[in-house]
Amino acid sequence: MKQTISVLVENRAGVLNRVASLFSRRAFNIDSLAVGVTDDPSLSRMTIIVDNGNNVVEQVEKQLNKLVEVIKVRTLDEGNMIGRELMIIKVSANKNNREHIMTICNICGAKAADISPTSMTLEISDTPDRVDVFEDMMRPFNILEVARTGVIALQKGGGKI
Amino acid sequence: MEMTGAQILMEGLAREGVEHVFGYAGATICPIADALREDPNLDYTLVRTEQNAGHMASGYARVTGKTGVCIVTSGPGATNLITGVATAYMDSIPMVAITGQVPSNLIGRDIFQEVDITGAVTPFTKHCYLVKDAAQLPVVLKEAFHIASTGRPGPVLIDIPIDVQEQLVHDVIFPEEIRIRGYNPSVRGNDKQIANVAAAIGMAKRPVICAGGGVFLAHAEAELRAFAESTGIPVVTTMMGLSLLPTEHPLNMGMIGAHGNTTANKALVKSDLLIMIGTRVADRAIVSPDEIQKRMANIHIDVDPAEIGKNMQSALPLVGNAKVILRQLMERGAKADCGEWRETLQELRRTNLGRGYPTKEGYVFPGRLLRLLGERLKEDAAVCVDVGQNQIWACKHLRLRGVRFLTSGGLGTMGYAIPCAVGVKTAQPGRQVVAVCGDGSFQMSMNELAAVKAGGFDLKIVLFRNGVLGLVNQIQGKEPYHGPFGVRLDGDPDFAAIAGAYGIPSMTLRDEGKVEETLDGFLAAKGPCLLIAEVSPEWKTTD
Repeated sequence: MKQTISVLVENRAGVLNRVASLFSRRAFNIDSLAVGVTDDPSLSRMTIIVDNGNNVVEQVEKQLNKLVEVIKVRTLDEGNMIGRELMIIKVSANKNNREHIMTICNICGAKAADISPTSMTLEISDTPDRVDVFEDMMRPFNILEVARTGVIALQKGGGKI
Repeated sequence: MEMTGAQILMEGLAREGVEHVFGYAGATICPIADALREDPNLDYTLVRTEQNAGHMASGYARVTGKTGVCIVTSGPGATNLITGVATAYMDSIPMVAITGQVPSNLIGRDIFQEVDITGAVTPFTKHCYLVKDAAQLPVVLKEAFHIASTGRPGPVLIDIPIDVQEQLVHDVIFPEEIRIRGYNPSVRGNDKQIANVAAAIGMAKRPVICAGGGVFLAHAEAELRAFAESTGIPVVTTMMGLSLLPTEHPLNMGMIGAHGNTTANKALVKSDLLIMIGTRVADRAIVSPDEIQKRMANIHIDVDPAEIGKNMQSALPLVGNAKVILRQLMERGAKADCGEWRETLQELRRTNLGRGYPTKEGYVFPGRLLRLLGERLKEDAAVCVDVGQNQIWACKHLRLRGVRFLTSGGLGTMGYAIPCAVGVKTAQPGRQVVAVCGDGSFQMSMNELAAVKAGGFDLKIVLFRNGVLGLVNQIQGKEPYHGPFGVRLDGDPDFAAIAGAYGIPSMTLRDEGKVEETLDGFLAAKGPCLLIAEVSPEWKTTD
């Protein structure tokens, strides 16, 4: 089962290395890791998706908490969080199938970000499974390139970690 | 006030109460060397390889309770130090390691003696810094010593480029206190959980205390003894917990684990409540944590919450400093009713301690020698033990009355004993100190005989010579392996001549009948002395 861990860290050089090093050193499996600065410029938020085999999440939390530059760690409740991933996807496209592609984009909530005589670049921001669906729907059009950010997440409601 | 980075470093060390540093010179720490030259308050020991600067700082830290400090150069100096840092990390020894670095504007260009040392040591330091502005040094030093010495102690490395050591800083401010928002180790145990733990102890019929190195780190030796004596609960220890209680203390059932004794292991598996204090359930101590976890309830007291549930789940976790928690438990009046259980174990223990030793013409058995050595040591002596068969024999046979037992328990670093002993002697020159080595481990740091000689230390070194890497030889001699390989120490030197070359006298012992008088002469000798005991390569740690 996948678990989403939200980690507030000092916004400093080397912190990402420490966190990544911890995961490999302790043999924890990372699915994705996304990091960006928060409203407080001295803090970054990392959103880490781990595979909770062997109930490893508790150890992950504890080991993360040991890092001096980690301020707070919270495992988010899957039913009570907003998790989003951004994907940019480039597919082969021409005047014959552009409309077909746009129809799928409209259904999935994706939009065109770039266009050329032989390609279209599309973007979608949604839950990872809906991003997966969109990617699958684009497969028949010959995917040229994909970039995904990994999930970022916050818990629902007025609280903060 | 205008100071260079190197001068700030000296002032910062002085403010942390540092009186001694262990180090090795090199090009990128020349500004620090210059500052050391002019600092009358900081003593310096030159090691012969950087790894041993770490081990000496470790020995120093373990007997003083202060943070050990070592300073080495960039590149190979820093990489040589890595084993010393990793050894300290595994045994949670408070240490600040300072490395020189190439000029900051050249970092990343692979210039002469450049290595990414903070990148290398990240997995086995508690924290590390690469300082790019000397103005940050006062805060970095304050943080480094705070982090190294509080909570679960450990090594912190500070990498300082040579230009930062030379950088002039105006209006230097040394902080009196610092606050690190991501670092707040627990000290006191949760009161409600203290009550639960006290209640569980009260209900137990066959409780046992398993004490580890964390008790020493919390300076809770007296509290552990008082807690055991006031509750009457038998005590077993891990290797790192050896010498918390005298060997023959009525509540001490000895060391547990793969190399432990039968009484201690029986106490562990037959207990109905396991009270672990300052131990991380290492594989050598608790061989099958899954089994133990199923069999009995356990209380796990540790300052590091990540140790609880890492190798074994605990029904009653208690996070905090061992000294504080033991006092809380005693204030709570924790009592156990376990007289019958205690007497059964004590009876078994007496039978165990009364065992005999094998003999062989021309050799002396290390177990017997160590037992007789232990009886002759002053009560406040320190014994620094290396890694290999010598370590296991010492754990099993050395009778400790009040003596401090020091070894590399976690990383199992061969060559630890002599530099550790030099560190102890540096801190406490008047203390009786004995290093115990095998001929394999001795050769990993016999170059530090120079530090022994230079320091004028009356260090006594016992060398068990059997011409083989004995413990690995034992492993290779059993299934699934097919026999020894690469363990015979062909080309071993004449150890007496080696010691002699450093101006250190030696004695050789190959007759069981002469052990006692030789030991008396050895311990009474003025100055350092090497005792070479001839040991049969066939003897095993199980003999």
